[in-house]
Amino acid sequence: MSAVRIGKADEIKDGDYRVVAIDRFEVGVFNNGGRFVAYENRCPHYDGPVCQGRIYNRVEEVLDERQCHVGLRFGAERHIVCPWHGWEFNLETGVHPGDKHMKLKKVNVEVLDGDIWVETPRPR
Amino acid sequence: MDDQKPGSPQIVDLPKIDNSTDTRDYLARAKPHAEKFKDYFIVDVDAHVSEGAFWSEVTDKIDSDVWRQMAKAQEIRKAQGLMNSQPGTNYQDAFGRIPHQQALNEHTAKNGAHRQVQLLQRAIDTMGIDIMCAFPTPMLLLGMHPQTEVEVQVGHAYNRWFTEDIVTQDKRIVGMLYLPFNNPQECVKVVEKYAANPSVVGFMVSSTRYKPVYHDDYMPLYAAIEASGKPLGFHAGFHWGDQSMQQCNRFIGMHSISFVYFNLLHLTNWLVNGLPERFPKLKVIWIESGIAWLAFLMQRLDSEYMMRPSEAPLLKKRPSEYVREMYFSTQPLEHSNMELTQATMKAMKAETQLLFASDWPHWDFDLPNSITNLPFLDEQAKRNILGLNAARVFNLEVPAHKNGAKAPAPREMAPAK
Repeated sequence: MSAVRIGKADEIKDGDYRVVAIDRFEVGVFNNGGRFVAYENRCPHYDGPVCQGRIYNRVEEVLDERQCHVGLRFGAERHIVCPWHGWEFNLETGVHPGDKHMKLKKVNVEVLDGDIWVETPRPR
Repeated sequence: MDDQKPGSPQIVDLPKIDNSTDTRDYLARAKPHAEKFKDYFIVDVDAHVSEGAFWSEVTDKIDSDVWRQMAKAQEIRKAQGLMNSQPGTNYQDAFGRIPHQQALNEHTAKNGAHRQVQLLQRAIDTMGIDIMCAFPTPMLLLGMHPQTEVEVQVGHAYNRWFTEDIVTQDKRIVGMLYLPFNNPQECVKVVEKYAANPSVVGFMVSSTRYKPVYHDDYMPLYAAIEASGKPLGFHAGFHWGDQSMQQCNRFIGMHSISFVYFNLLHLTNWLVNGLPERFPKLKVIWIESGIAWLAFLMQRLDSEYMMRPSEAPLLKKRPSEYVREMYFSTQPLEHSNMELTQATMKAMKAETQLLFASDWPHWDFDLPNSITNLPFLDEQAKRNILGLNAARVFNLEVPAHKNGAKAPAPREMAPAK
C-alpha cells in the first residue's frame, strides 16, 4: 500500500466530491460535513461508476404516533447514488440503506497539511 | 502515509455524470467487458430509441393531412402531438438520480449520421453488441390512447421514420415494428408492407392495452406473421392509470407489478385459448418483463389446467410445455436470489429460449455481463442467450469468427442443467 496526494482539501466543498483515476485505480473522495471519506468507484451491483453520481439526502417517511403517514422529508444522511441504476449508499458508511451486505469499498483517506492523500492498493 | 515519490502515478479527474455525459463515457465501465466478448455474437433484442426527442420527424410522416396537422398544432407547445402521456412516465429517472433516463443531451456530430443513430451506435460499440433491436419508448403506452385512429396514424408514421431514417444508416440496428393492435386490419397492413424488409426482424404489440389477444379479429394477423417467418413480440409496459394499479401509491410498486402484469395477462390468454396450437410455426417473444414471473405462471397454469382441461380444449400438453417453446427477453434480469434465477432458467429452458436484452437507455438496463456472470450457466448456454438463440429467432447470419454455428433447435438440445 502507498499513498497518493490528489489535491487540496479546500478544493472540495462540503457536500461535494472529486473522482480521480490514479493510473487505473478509480476513487471518489467526498467531503461529508468537513470529514473526508473515500470509496472505490465501483458499484457492487453491476460495477457502475457509483462515485460519479449525484448526492441526495436520504428520503425519510414521517409517521405519527398512530403509525399513520405524515409525509416525506429529506433527512440529514447523505447518499451517493450510482448513476447507472440508482443504487444508493450512505456517504458516511458506504452501506446501502436496505442491505448491509451491499456496500462500497472504503479507501483510506487523510488530510495532511491541507492536502488530500488517498491510499492506493498497488505499491508505487 | 508514505510520501509521494518522484515518478508518481498519473492522476486523471473523472467527471461527474449528468444527462449531457457522452454514452461512451457513461458506459465506459462496460467497455473492458465488451473486449472479452469479441468472439461472442451478441444480439440485444430490446433496446430503445427516444422517438419523443425526434417527434416532429415522426409526425412529418403521418399519412393523413388532417391528423398530421393536428399533431403539428400541438408541437408549438413542445408537446409530442397526439401522444397520450401516462402518470409516472417522468418518474423513471428516480427524480434525477439516474441522469441518462432524464435525457440524453450529449453532443453528437452535426454532419454525421442521424442523431438517434449516433446515440445507438455509441451504446452498440461500448457494450460490444453485434445487432441491436430497437423499440420505441413513449409509444409503448400508445395502446391506451382512447382514439384508435391515433394509434394507427402514429404507429404507421413511426414505422416509416424507423425504417426510412434510422435502420438505413447502420445495418447493426434492426427493429420489430409497431402494430397498432387496436385495429387488427391495420396491423396486417404493417406485416404486408414490411415483411420483406431485412431490417425488420419482427413485429411488436405493445402489451399495455385492454385487448384480448384471442379475439378472432387477430387470427389473420397471426397467420400473416407466421407466414412471414418473423416473430411476434409482446413488449411490456406500465400503466398507472389502470384501476388496479391506482392502488399503488409509489412508482416502485406500480412498476414492479404493471410491467409484468400485461404480459402475464396476454400470455395466459394466449395459452388457454390454444394459440400455439393454432399457429404452431409462429415464434412469439415476451419482452421486458424479466423472467421471475414465469416460474409462478408455469406452475399456476399447469395446476389449474390439470383440474380444468375442458376450458382449454385446444391444448395437447401442459401450459408450461408451451412456455418452454416460446421466447423471453432477459431484462430486467432478477438475480438477487441466484438459486431462484437458476431454477427459473431451468424451468423455462433458458439455454434455447432466452434472449439477451439491455433495454438501453432506460433506467433499469442490463449489460451482456449480466449473463456471462451467471455462475450456473455453461459456456454454450451463455453464447446462446447472448446471441445465438436470437440469431435463430430472427434468422440472422452469425459471422464465422463468432463461433458461427447457430444454436440447435430446442428438441436437439440437452436438458437444462
